[in-house]
Amino acid sequence: MTSVLDQVGLVARRSVRRTLRQPALIVPTIVFPLFLLAVNSSGLSAATDIPGFPASSYLDFAITVCFVQGAMFAAITAGTELATDVQSGFLNRLQLTPLTRLAILIGQMAGATTLALLGAVTYLAVGVIAGVDVKSGVGGAAVLIVYALFTAVAFSGIGATLGARTGSPEAVQGAFPLMFALFFLSSMSMPRELISIDWFRTVATWNPASYLIEGMRSLVITGWDGTALWRGVAIGAGILALSFWSASRALATRMART
Amino acid sequence: MRRDFTTVAGAVLRRNLIHAFTNPALLIPSAVFPLLFFVAFAGGLSNVANVPGFDFPSGYTAFQFVFVFLQSAAFGGVFTGFAAAADFESGFGRRLLLASPRRRGIVAGYVVAAIARWCFTATIVSVAAAIAGMHVDGGVAQLVALVSLALLVNMTATLWGVGMALRFQTLQAGPAMQIPVFLILFMAPVYVPLDLIGGWVHDAASYNPLTALVESGRGFISGVPDVVGLAYLAGFGLVALGLVWALTGLRRAERGV
Amino acid sequence: MSTNHRGIVVEGLVRTFKGDIHAVDGIDLEVAAGEIYGFLGPNGAGKSTTVHMLTTLLPPTAGRATVAGFDIAREGADVRRHIGAALQEAALDTFLTGREHMDLQAGLSGLGKADRARRGTELLERVGLIEAADRKVGGYSGGMKRRLDLAMALVHSPSILFLDEPTTGLDPQSRSALWDEVERLATDDGVTVFLTTQYLEEADVLADRVGIIDRGRIVAEGTPDELKRDIGGDTVEAIPADPHDLERAAEVLARFGERAAHSPKGVAVRLSRGAEQLADIVRALDDAGIALAHLQLHSPSLDDVFLTKTGRSLEGAGEEDEAAEEPVPA
Repeated sequence: MTSVLDQVGLVARRSVRRTLRQPALIVPTIVFPLFLLAVNSSGLSAATDIPGFPASSYLDFAITVCFVQGAMFAAITAGTELATDVQSGFLNRLQLTPLTRLAILIGQMAGATTLALLGAVTYLAVGVIAGVDVKSGVGGAAVLIVYALFTAVAFSGIGATLGARTGSPEAVQGAFPLMFALFFLSSMSMPRELISIDWFRTVATWNPASYLIEGMRSLVITGWDGTALWRGVAIGAGILALSFWSASRALATRMART
Repeated sequence: MRRDFTTVAGAVLRRNLIHAFTNPALLIPSAVFPLLFFVAFAGGLSNVANVPGFDFPSGYTAFQFVFVFLQSAAFGGVFTGFAAAADFESGFGRRLLLASPRRRGIVAGYVVAAIARWCFTATIVSVAAAIAGMHVDGGVAQLVALVSLALLVNMTATLWGVGMALRFQTLQAGPAMQIPVFLILFMAPVYVPLDLIGGWVHDAASYNPLTALVESGRGFISGVPDVVGLAYLAGFGLVALGLVWALTGLRRAERGV
Repeated sequence: MSTNHRGIVVEGLVRTFKGDIHAVDGIDLEVAAGEIYGFLGPNGAGKSTTVHMLTTLLPPTAGRATVAGFDIAREGADVRRHIGAALQEAALDTFLTGREHMDLQAGLSGLGKADRARRGTELLERVGLIEAADRKVGGYSGGMKRRLDLAMALVHSPSILFLDEPTTGLDPQSRSALWDEVERLATDDGVTVFLTTQYLEEADVLADRVGIIDRGRIVAEGTPDELKRDIGGDTVEAIPADPHDLERAAEVLARFGERAAHSPKGVAVRLSRGAEQLADIVRALDDAGIALAHLQLHSPSLDDVFLTKTGRSLEGAGEEDEAAEEPVPA
């Protein structure tokens, strides 16, 4: 009899294989954030001249946006792959085995998490080569990778919820603008204290995504900022708990087996 | 002869509009995305107007509005390209080719449909800008000119998308339609004027035909027209290239019928 | 209901959906261990819904059923341990190879690493996929996908196999190969097979017994021969050379038996004495001056059974918009 760990391992291995065999998933995840980073760091390089801007280089400021975008791609990947399994009937096949719901959920996310890891390592490597100065050092860079993965897993739960609920890869991809919105209406592009439009600053202050980003960013532009870090981790943990719970509920509804 | 052309174009237009306006899942993203960009850029990056050397008389909201206005036109064209690809993937496109005596009318139909769809998006974005208190220093004629630039962008993007749809006849060509448009848009002066952009992006933007359209559009909205001739030259040039692309795509598709 | 029954026992099984849709409207059936049971019906009759319930993927709204002696509603995990299923969708991952599929299925069914490899190879050889085992499934033909699906369903040596329209969309050669394998499973390995199909020939050739389902209810059940015998003797169908002679041909044939299902251009009657009457029929048509384009004698088909029981032909019963040459009910 296979243990839950074995089951997770089997499903995870499958998830990683199928994800890494799709260049159409990997290439945009790696290339798109880096392209935007290149454009934005050049296009907004003058922003560092704004009084009070917390970094001397917009590249340093903006590198964390890549990790955030990587998390969004992970979410969409996790959701799309689960939705595809629902649509193709593969989930029915898994239901006919002794596989538990938890094993399916965790295992399914492995592919998206691997993709996020690949992205995170690439973004950091390219960033460092391009001149990003990680103020918290090598240790901080490692924590940054872990933090990025943690964020990706939290958002994969959201993707999995959508995938299980809708059973439609198109519907999951249609949610992409909403995720985009979540990150755009945050302190992603400008520190909160330098957002001059009041209502936008208020939205960014209430937006949990701002704290996720600020936690990550602090490792690059500040060093070890305990407050920013614990806030970001707490928000991330909250999103993780909520998204996994809702994904589990959605999967329970989808898996009607007796 | 002429009647056949307009009949075909009308049929494509009608179908496209009915499909777009009765499917919220299609209509909403095309309106939401530009709105999102507008809010994020004009709202979140508003302090960029305080960068030394940034001197745009009508304010950052108007500055960003022009980019988002043109961006919405570009994406509107791409979304119509998606619709054309879906038509061909489902087999409807083939029926169109078989039934139409004047097949260029098909391309024309998609172009007009894209314009009609974009009018909806443009209205939403404009209303949002007005609510945001955007300053408009240009006169009516200049605003009409801004709209004409956006129409040129919309037509170019549509012709590009339709050309791709005719060649590949599958929605899987979607990313291939979208990415070049995205690249061209973002290698233009998005956040600051051209002279404030640093690095390689400055060089890329200098050669990007869209840059002239963006800068001219900003000139119109601020009442200080700029690079108008270059903008229309670039605009019409892009449309001409798009037309060649679409019509050669049509010829390829015809050979497969 | 006996829980020692190692086959399938169904009593009053019902499944309704939102909007008061009775997909399965009270069915009773029993499948003995080692039997091949054909569940025949048009699209939308309730076949797949029945299979989903019996394989525990869908809880019944009412009624009871046991599979391999276990209650489908209360002992789902036990049922699943004893069954294999190849459902309507081939349900494969296009990015994995055949061997990787087998490894995954075997692992999830509880086999250890060494056993997984051995069992996977054994089954891939058996279904003729060993050469393609290391190719991604995305490149497989429809027939290959179905065979892989079957192999995966057999990985844990189930005593009962559910096949939901296993040959839909396959070419004749692939279909025939799958039939051979199903027969072998039942004959050599003693596997009980519950097979749903909309193909008459498949039920006729493969099944020991057939249950015909229409609109959620079983309308006939028995061996193929019993069902055909119940509705009467052979049918003769005549297609006049001149379409204007159709009515006169019908009048002539009416003297020999009751009207039966026929193609739109012809007329048919069911004979009481079969081939003996053929010569008289030809003479009668000739005497009436009716030239024939086509004359055929055939024994009753399962379609005739369906037609008799429901007033509709099976071929076309599920597709009301089809413009095909459907037999016109008598």
